[in-house]
Amino acid sequence: MNPVSDLIKNLADQHGRSRHNLLPILQGVVEQEKYLSEFSMTEIARELDLPAAEVYGTATFYSFLEHKKMGRYIIRICKTITCSMKGKNQVLLAIEDMLKINVGETTPDGTFSLLQTNCLGFCHKAPAMLINNEVFTDLTPEKVRDILSTYMKKKGASHDN
Amino acid sequence: MTTSYQLKRVDFIFKNENDWEDVLSKSISKPPQELINELISSELKGRGGAGFPTGLKWKLSSEAVDDTKYVICNADEGEPGTFKDREILSRVPFKVLTAMAVCGHVIGSKEGYIYLRGEYFFLQPELNKAISEFEYYCKEINLDFKIRIFMGSGAYICGEETALFESMEGKRGEPRNKPPYPSSYGYMGKPTVINNVETLAHTFTIFKYGAKRFYDLGVQYSRGSKLFSVSGDTPKPGIYELELGMSLADFVDEFGDGDTKAVQVGGASGFLVPRKRFNETAIGFQGKLTGISLPTGGSMMLFNSSRSMFNVIDNYLEFFREESCGQCTPCRVGCQQLLSGIKAVKRGEKNAQYLDKLMRLAETMQYTAKCGLGQSVANSFSSIVENFREEMIY
Repeated sequence: MNPVSDLIKNLADQHGRSRHNLLPILQGVVEQEKYLSEFSMTEIARELDLPAAEVYGTATFYSFLEHKKMGRYIIRICKTITCSMKGKNQVLLAIEDMLKINVGETTPDGTFSLLQTNCLGFCHKAPAMLINNEVFTDLTPEKVRDILSTYMKKKGASHDN
Repeated sequence: MTTSYQLKRVDFIFKNENDWEDVLSKSISKPPQELINELISSELKGRGGAGFPTGLKWKLSSEAVDDTKYVICNADEGEPGTFKDREILSRVPFKVLTAMAVCGHVIGSKEGYIYLRGEYFFLQPELNKAISEFEYYCKEINLDFKIRIFMGSGAYICGEETALFESMEGKRGEPRNKPPYPSSYGYMGKPTVINNVETLAHTFTIFKYGAKRFYDLGVQYSRGSKLFSVSGDTPKPGIYELELGMSLADFVDEFGDGDTKAVQVGGASGFLVPRKRFNETAIGFQGKLTGISLPTGGSMMLFNSSRSMFNVIDNYLEFFREESCGQCTPCRVGCQQLLSGIKAVKRGEKNAQYLDKLMRLAETMQYTAKCGLGQSVANSFSSIVENFREEMIY
């Protein structure tokens, strides 16, 4: 059986198969796979006995439930007002320059995806970004280069993931 | 800039929570009516921004007849410029958990949820640890109350209470029509109390010290203290607990950088106050009736004279356009049109009078949009365009 189907079945066993369990299941798939493929969404629909369109409609409503293939590390940089005022663009340019991708793109080796997001709630330590679930604040171009280098080394060290 | 009122720092929210077991066991030994009266006489109003009287909310849900009821803590803190709820949940989680259990006792509910925004996923392990410790104590004192975390997935609109229920039910986070209100028809169609994180933390203070300690703070209609999230052009960004009713002039004296041009009170959905109005503006819940007292969820963003107000409103509108849930036309199309409208004026493709048309559109949204998101776009739009018209054009 397809590993995603297994994952979905396990998640449904764990959370339940009612409509109100849909979001935790979608989140569980995204946590593992980083995104929801059409296959995942139809599998979830089958598992929960829901119309696939309902699953698709719900999944695409939420900005953290990606439905496009994503890299292993998703960088979400905050673009709301205070972060913009405190130099978000310079930080973004530094990331784009280092990873050689633009906002919305994924590095060819599938390691990083770069996105912008709305207020992360760290306005007092702007600019801020998330890499997967980890927060980084008070960013500068220098600092963000250091952070990304650490992640690149991580990638080199582990092959299992 | 001299006014009689001074900024008063308060320290209730983050004060130690070590006695939560005491507060919990004492509170649940009291009859629900007594606790409701205590809350009503404290005049605590919701701290998420809307300012609904908390005591009344609990009372309405306690009167609803149903075997299943829910207590929900709204931690979907998405308003730009707000970051207090995360701080409460990480520094004094037991206050919030205690308040939820007391609420459960008051309304007759055995289940509580914390709806935590996806951006705060990293809080989950610590919070879960606190919850297990809390539930362990509940078992000891024979209190049947369970709390679970429900994670959001990055949608601002889910902070709206009925959208939050929809989201928890596994649907798109689209606000419902009101009435029916959550007190009778909330999560899963059951009577539900839904409170902001900070509101719950304040009820802890009230149960611990009594309503009077809380009521004695603040001014008429705006009792108690409130956390303010201060950011932008300020030498001391951060979270501060202050008495309500302060004048904006005093606030700017304390937190400004000496060159403050305007303050956005209440985040992107709030109002922009220009320098000339600092003296006559107070921060509280009196509402728009007098035009001088602004309610707020606690977001205070300062802008100095190096900032272009066009960039500010442009940023807000982009935010709203993305976060609009899209189910009602005034909000979905309105946000798009306001955004492309101000850009067209800036580029000179439309003349300056076009701004008046946009103002009328914003006003229409205020009357016709289904929920608070669409209705409040006009707050920042009108206050910015009115006060900084020349910056929109040139």
